[in-house]
Amino acid sequence: MELLERFAAGDLEAFEALFRQHQKEVYAWVVRIVRDTGIAEDLTVETFWRIYKSRARFDPAGNFRAWARRIATNAALDHLRHSRRETGLPEDLPCAPGADPAIRRETRERIKQAFFQLPPKYRLVATLALVEEEPYNDIAEAAGISVALVKVRVFRAVRMLRKKLSPLVAEVATK
Amino acid sequence: MNNEENSKEVNALVRAAIAPVKDTELRRDLWPQMLRKLDEQSVPAFHVPWFDWALAAILGAVLVFFPSSIPALLYHL
Repeated sequence: MELLERFAAGDLEAFEALFRQHQKEVYAWVVRIVRDTGIAEDLTVETFWRIYKSRARFDPAGNFRAWARRIATNAALDHLRHSRRETGLPEDLPCAPGADPAIRRETRERIKQAFFQLPPKYRLVATLALVEEEPYNDIAEAAGISVALVKVRVFRAVRMLRKKLSPLVAEVATK
Repeated sequence: MNNEENSKEVNALVRAAIAPVKDTELRRDLWPQMLRKLDEQSVPAFHVPWFDWALAAILGAVLVFFPSSIPALLYHL
């Protein structure tokens, strides 16, 4: 029997093999969304727990990677919904060169504050599209929505940010 | 400044303030943590959801208080 068939049948060894094959990829996806290594590890385990619980619904002929990524995205979105009440910003992870050092710390904090206060479903697509620059197709597949809806959510997220940051935009533009 | 230009400015500001996560490497194997979670939250082989119990309780109450409904129920089964 193939690995995926054995997993769907409830074989724990098959699940372990899949876990070891995909844990890094799931973690790498989730950490981009939540931007916290500890939370991303917990959510990776939560994702595989959900995968294990729903194994009977998985079609062994299907794409496990895509299925896992969708479940991981939902787990990350649930986390964003629950953590929204907590006002703290995600910790600063080591980031790729890209954050402009010319932007003053205070300005950067205001932008971050506005960004992390976006409603979770908008923050999810805005993080992946604007910050991580993931292709819209990948975001749509992971979030289980159409590419058109991803574009709409990015557009609305930018509009919300524009409202919150309009004085700042004008200020930066005049400099 | 029109809305389109303004949106571009916002995009640029977001990119300048929040950089992509560089280090996405998983540092440790999470399987032991996964095993703990499986042990803690193992699903019973036979699990009846709460709403099924509620439905059974309502049905039981109806049968006790309205025994005349039993033939009707049997007819519909």
